[in-house]
Amino acid sequence: MSINRREFLKLAGTSTLIGLTGISAVEEILKGNAEASVLPSPAALTAKRWAMVIDINKIGTKEEYEKITQACHSIHNVPDIGNKKDEVKWIWQEDYEHSFPGISDEFVPDHIKHKPFLLLCNHCAKPPCVRVCPTKATFKRPDGIVVMDYHRCIGCRFCMAACPYGARSFNWRDPRPFVKETNPEFPTRTKGVVEKCTFCSERLAKGLKPACVEASNGALIFGDLEDPNSEVRKVLSTKYTLRRKPEIGTGPSVYYVIGGNEHAG
Amino acid sequence: MYNGGKIIVGIAIFVGLFVFPIFYNMGKPSAMPEPKLDTPVINQLDEKRCVESADYMRANHMQLLDEWRDSVLRDGNFVYESSNGKKYVMSLQNTCMHCHSNKKEFCDSCHTYANVKPYCWSCHLESKEKAL
Repeated sequence: MSINRREFLKLAGTSTLIGLTGISAVEEILKGNAEASVLPSPAALTAKRWAMVIDINKIGTKEEYEKITQACHSIHNVPDIGNKKDEVKWIWQEDYEHSFPGISDEFVPDHIKHKPFLLLCNHCAKPPCVRVCPTKATFKRPDGIVVMDYHRCIGCRFCMAACPYGARSFNWRDPRPFVKETNPEFPTRTKGVVEKCTFCSERLAKGLKPACVEASNGALIFGDLEDPNSEVRKVLSTKYTLRRKPEIGTGPSVYYVIGGNEHAG
Repeated sequence: MYNGGKIIVGIAIFVGLFVFPIFYNMGKPSAMPEPKLDTPVINQLDEKRCVESADYMRANHMQLLDEWRDSVLRDGNFVYESSNGKKYVMSLQNTCMHCHSNKKEFCDSCHTYANVKPYCWSCHLESKEKAL
């Protein structure tokens, strides 16, 4: 029996088609076993771009500063190593001159000059640390938070060199012995990774505001920078604020209220 | 063959020593690991099922944890919907170790047997009760 070219091509075409669809159908059936999916947390707080306003007038006593720092450091198992070289810090204090080096004048009111400012990671819009990280261990989330994936960090410390705010700390030694009371719900870090503030991304997922904000009695305000009705935007539109080193173009998301309607001092 | 006797005896001793471990261990297999499920939380469960079936977990827990980590950290998805529709928060410390609070008798029993050394616990904390 002879077969002409046209018949042969028709036959070959249909059998290929049947073969291809048949394979994918079988794959579809085989795949059906562990059909699991992942979802965002239903209680999570979400935003287009998280930001913080720190009203420095509302933090007065040493205890208040200590309470805010401790709230952060205790739940995140941040070690207290006790010497400046090995220090690990997520939120810390610095004076006006060193917080705002470009704009600090010689003659400013004493209550500003000697007031400790609370500093933390600025969760920049254009984070230089993310740009230099060779392993993408540090990255910016869609909601603007700059976070670390410690699993990927190789400890090269490029990010520390890149960060203009000194917000990153390196674990020169095993931090575990220096954590007084570990929070069992949060991991520690290990020797050889860089760490920093996460804007409490793990608390936001549970619907809680950052620990420092909660402990601050209203001095720290947290919200969505792109939502005109958010708490941070309300403060920003009524009070004059400063950001650290805005001139270098990193777009920091932490704002400082230093003056105030009332004459603090 | 010069010194043939000595050579043959030497070879025999060498072969004897070489195969000694094989015959020494013959017929007594080393104990299979038996990961224990005897923890207070697991004992209280009505249905003793992990997030997926035991067979699946035995073969794939490392891939599952890897996906959990990327999902939580990279994509911000914290909830795992299992193949049977149950939902779990994806967290090694707060979900896995909540039930499996006996790391030494559960995780370590197989990992030691298979000589794998996962570095999960250089950062993640094992359950307090057992870490004493």
